[in-house]
Order: sequence, then C-alpha cells, then structure tokens
Amino acid sequence: MAAIPTDTAIRTSNATRFFLYLLLLVFALFYLLPFAIMVLNSLKPLSEIQGGNMMDLPDVWTLEPWFSAWSTAQIGVQPTGLKPYFWNSIKMVVPAVVISTVLGALNGYVLTKWRFRGDTILFGLMLFACFIPFQIVLIPMARLLGLAGLAGSTPGLVLVHVVYGLGFTTLYFRNYYQVFPTELVRAAQIDGAGFFRIFWRIMLPSSGPIIVVSVIWQFTNIWNDFLFGASFADLDSQPMTVALNNLVSTSTGVKEYNVHFAGAIIAALPTLLVYIVAGRYFVRGLMAGSVKG
Amino acid sequence: MSFLKIENVTKSYGSTEVLHQVDITVEEGEFLVLVGPSGCGKSTLLNMIAGLEDITSGEFSIKGASMNGVHPSQRNIAMVFQSYALYPNMTVAQNITFGLEMHDVPKPEREAALKKVSEMLQIEQLLKRKPGQLSGGQRQRVAMGRALVRNPDVFLFDEPLSNLDAKLRVDMRTEIKKLHQKLGTTIVYVTHDQIEAMTLSTRIAVMNNGYVQQLGTPKEIYDTPANLFVASFMGSPSMNLIPVQVVVEEGNLFVETENDLGADIRIRFANPSANLSSYAGRNVILGVRPEAITDPEGADRNSNNIEIIKNVIGVTEPAGSDTYVTSAIGGVECIARMRADADVRTGQEFEFAINMDKVVSFDPESEKRIV
Repeated sequence: MAAIPTDTAIRTSNATRFFLYLLLLVFALFYLLPFAIMVLNSLKPLSEIQGGNMMDLPDVWTLEPWFSAWSTAQIGVQPTGLKPYFWNSIKMVVPAVVISTVLGALNGYVLTKWRFRGDTILFGLMLFACFIPFQIVLIPMARLLGLAGLAGSTPGLVLVHVVYGLGFTTLYFRNYYQVFPTELVRAAQIDGAGFFRIFWRIMLPSSGPIIVVSVIWQFTNIWNDFLFGASFADLDSQPMTVALNNLVSTSTGVKEYNVHFAGAIIAALPTLLVYIVAGRYFVRGLMAGSVKG
Repeated sequence: MSFLKIENVTKSYGSTEVLHQVDITVEEGEFLVLVGPSGCGKSTLLNMIAGLEDITSGEFSIKGASMNGVHPSQRNIAMVFQSYALYPNMTVAQNITFGLEMHDVPKPEREAALKKVSEMLQIEQLLKRKPGQLSGGQRQRVAMGRALVRNPDVFLFDEPLSNLDAKLRVDMRTEIKKLHQKLGTTIVYVTHDQIEAMTLSTRIAVMNNGYVQQLGTPKEIYDTPANLFVASFMGSPSMNLIPVQVVVEEGNLFVETENDLGADIRIRFANPSANLSSYAGRNVILGVRPEAITDPEGADRNSNNIEIIKNVIGVTEPAGSDTYVTSAIGGVECIARMRADADVRTGQEFEFAINMDKVVSFDPESEKRIV
C-alpha cells in the first residue's frame, strides 16, 4: 500500500477519503465504459453483435476484426484496410510535429532573448492563430496549396499543420523562455557562442518539459484532424481519420461493427500511447514557471 | 597607455540618458570597484565594458584597441554573473571548457586548462556534477573557474557575492582578493556593498544617478569624500553630517552649533581647508566619521587637534568590538565609535573628543566638499 502523502493542503478523515475514492472510481468507470464496449465488440464475431448482445462478453474470442480493419477491410474502392492510411498519417504527423516544435522553439527564443522593436505586437498577432477557426482558412489555404503545387499531397498537409500549429508552439516556448535566465545567454555570448549554437547547446537541452507539451499537443491535434485531411488530401495521402470515416460510413453492404470498433481503436492508439509515455511530463510542463522553484 | 580606457561614455535608452559622460581609466593589474545604490548605472557600465550593451556615445578601448561595436567574445574578457549563469544542462567540466570549445581550442589543451583551473579553485572532485547538485559557494567557484580558464585580459564581476550567506561572502571575498594578488589580472567589479568595495579594490568609482561621483583609492574615498553622497554612502555606520556655522575670530576659525542641552558649543578648527574661511558667518555641513568621535582616553594620540565637547549620551549600542554612542549635535543624531569598555550610560553628561584632523566640511548648496 502506498504511503499517505504528507504534502497535502487539506487533511481529510478516512470517511471523506473513502467517499472521495468511491466518487473517483464511479467516474473512472463511467469514462472507461465506452472504451470497454469498443474493445469487447472488436473481439467478437459479427453474428454475436447482430444477435443483439452488445454489452456481453464475447462467446467466441477472435482477433479477426483487427486483422480485417488493419489490412483487408474495404475502404473506398480497394480492400486495403487502414494500413496505408496509417502510414500516411505517420508521414504527415512526424514531420509536422518536429518542424512546428523546432520553429516554435526558435520563435520563443527570438521573442524573449533577441528582442527587437515591436516584438510583443508580433507575438500578439501570432497568438491570433490559436483563435482562428479551421473552416475560415479552408478556401484561401486551398488556393495557396494549389499555387505552391502542394495540393493533394502529404507535404501540403504538413505545411498546413505547421502553419496552424505555430501559434501554439510559439506561445508555449515563448512563455517557457520568458523565465529562462537571460544571464545564461549573455554568459554564452561572452563564451563565444553564436545565435544557433546558444539555441542548440543551451536553450533546447534545457527545454525538456515544454518540448513534451508541444509534441503531445501537436501530435494529438494533427493526428486527430479530420477537416484538413478531408479537404486537402487526395487518395494517396489521406490520413487515418478520413479513412476511418470512409470505413465506417460505407452505405453499401453489411455494416461490420466489430471491424469498425477495431479500426477506431487502431486510429486512437498512437495518441493514447503518446499520453501514456509522456503524460506526466505534460502536466509538469504545463505547470512549469507557474510556481517558483 | 592605459590598459582599459572609458572616455566620455554615455548610455541612453530612447531619450532618457542613464549614464552621463563617464571617464575612467584603469591600469593593468588594477582592481576597480564600481559601487553605488541600485539603479545608479554601475551594472549598465559593466555590461557596456563586456559588450552586452551598446555604447550610445563615447570611446571604450582595451589595450589601446577600440572596443566600440566589438562582439563580447572578441574582447578577451570573462565575466562572473550574480546568478553565476552556469549552464544547467552541462557538467561542471563542460561549463568550464565551453568557452574554449567555442573558440576552437583543441581538446588536449582544453583538458590541461581545466585541470589547472580546477586545481587552483579546488573543485576537482566536482567536475562530473551538474550545477543543480552544487551548493552556492561551489557554484561561485565554478563560475570563477569558467572565467579563469579563458585567461582573459579583464575579469568582470557583477555582484558575485550577493547570493551567498554572510559567512561565505566574507570567505569568498578573501579568496577573490588572493586570486587577484596571485594572478595580477585587471578586474572590474560591481557591487552595492561598500565594505566589499573598500576591502577588495585598489580604486573605487562611486556612482549615483548615472554619474561617477568620485574615483579614487579606498583611502581617498573614505577620508576625503568629494560630496555629501559619497560621504554618506561609504562607511558603516555612515559619516555624521552636522550643520554648523563658521566663525572667524582673530585669525582663528571656529564652527558653532548646539549640543543636546541647548547650550552653544564652539569647536576650534586648527587646520581648516583653505576655502573654509571664506564661509565666515555662513552655514556649512561638517562631516565627522564615527571613529573620529570618541571618549577622551580613546582619542588618537598622534593627533594634536583633539577638541573636547560636552554632550548628553542618547543611546548606547555595545557591538562587542566597539560601543556605538548616539548623541544629538546641532539637532542631528551623531554616532560615535568608542572602545568596547568605555564607561558610558544613557542620559549621562559626557565629554566627547573629536579628532579635527579627520573632519571635512561640505557646502550645503553644492553639496561638494570644501577644499
């Protein structure tokens, strides 16, 4: 049993504690229930679901729906499964996350340590990017991608997501570097390090928590994005979210619910994984700088 | 040729001038301390020497070479910051050699320099640690090591001791002085602590409101402060400043004021400064260091100009090594520094001995010392 933590603000009696845990447990179950249903039904043959016992444990356990969703399900014209679209998403998400994070870090570094006239106004304008609804930029963005020759391609989607994410990543890094001691940059200047060397050798290695925040935020948003994927991708570059939609909302043939559930879980798995691996740093990073120490 | 020369240097932010016409020359091997209250411009001046801030107008040179607009890394200077500014992601060894690495010094030479410096500062056992695992005093040493390893022309210290506790501060002060005596390097040191300034420096520049108020040896600054600001800023407890009237009678110069009993007191000034007699009949401000007011037995035996005045003792503060005695002269609380075992009691009428050789006077309008 874990030791009772001593650094708490309010002391609670055992009765209150019991009630608290009970409440938390109920809510945890409530939130886990849909996921549990999805997992259970993805492991049943379709006939069991069609028989009406959706809430029951499977009579026959099978991984068949998972294999089908991954590699043989009919999506669009071809029976390819989600596999190629999964790789499309990876090919889009990884560069978009890396580029937007590095550029955001550079922006934050310049906005706090190489300040210039009007930098706060520029920062304010960049913040607007966080508040612009996706739908507004669809048509201008389509025109721009067309002119740049990037329409319907993965690089085009990467560009869209980088531009859209910059506002957030800049905000994160700017606020993080705001409390980063300027004397360190000055010491490095005297030591003879230039703009980029200070960035790579001093700033970035000290930015662990905020890099995690930026990566999780960007990864989740870009992976889960449907609108840009549906609008700007063609058949070869469609991301996972669009393929999942095509899989689930087919209007012909039998609706294979078990395959749909498996597909949905596959689509959500990467973001889940990122949260599990880096989640504790996420909270720490969001709180960084809010309390001295 | 001066080693480090600051000529007519000013600094403005927009239309506000924060440093006015600063002229300082430093010879090789000197230990110059810039001292003043916060906001006086001392750190700005240091940053301009380092090249971290631009010079608005004027000339600054090291070894005769103009440094205006030269990048900090090309000035052959090293700086120790108030917060030490150690790179948190690097080990102590990496911190110390980072500057050498940036200047493309080959690895064997870096290792040799690191070894030499870490031995000198006795930090060999810390080399593999990160700054976060060090105590304040250890960080201080590492910061000095980082400065030393470059073998610079000039060391710049920006309030390096102000983050240490009182005891460590005194120890490190002695170490810095030892280091200076051993290496003989030119040092420019910023502090707001006048005791640090007095103990460390070969010369002091006292600054206030962006002006250099006085530049001189610690003794000059202490004994003959240029104006009321320097007089009150330097020294602890600070100089007593007593309003008096100048009287000239039969070729003798006196100053007159009132003691705490309401009686007039008249003090003879045997060797007044030349211009003081022209103040006859006018008010001046007398500057008396606490140690120049004592009990008659404790007075300086080598001085021929001890004057005795009667007064009532206000407060006594035994400090162990000395006893501080407060009494009102001319309506101003004056502090006298007496022997620890001087027989003084509150409310007692007492004879104070003033060493007039150590007394200076100031013009109340211009606030400058009357010479």
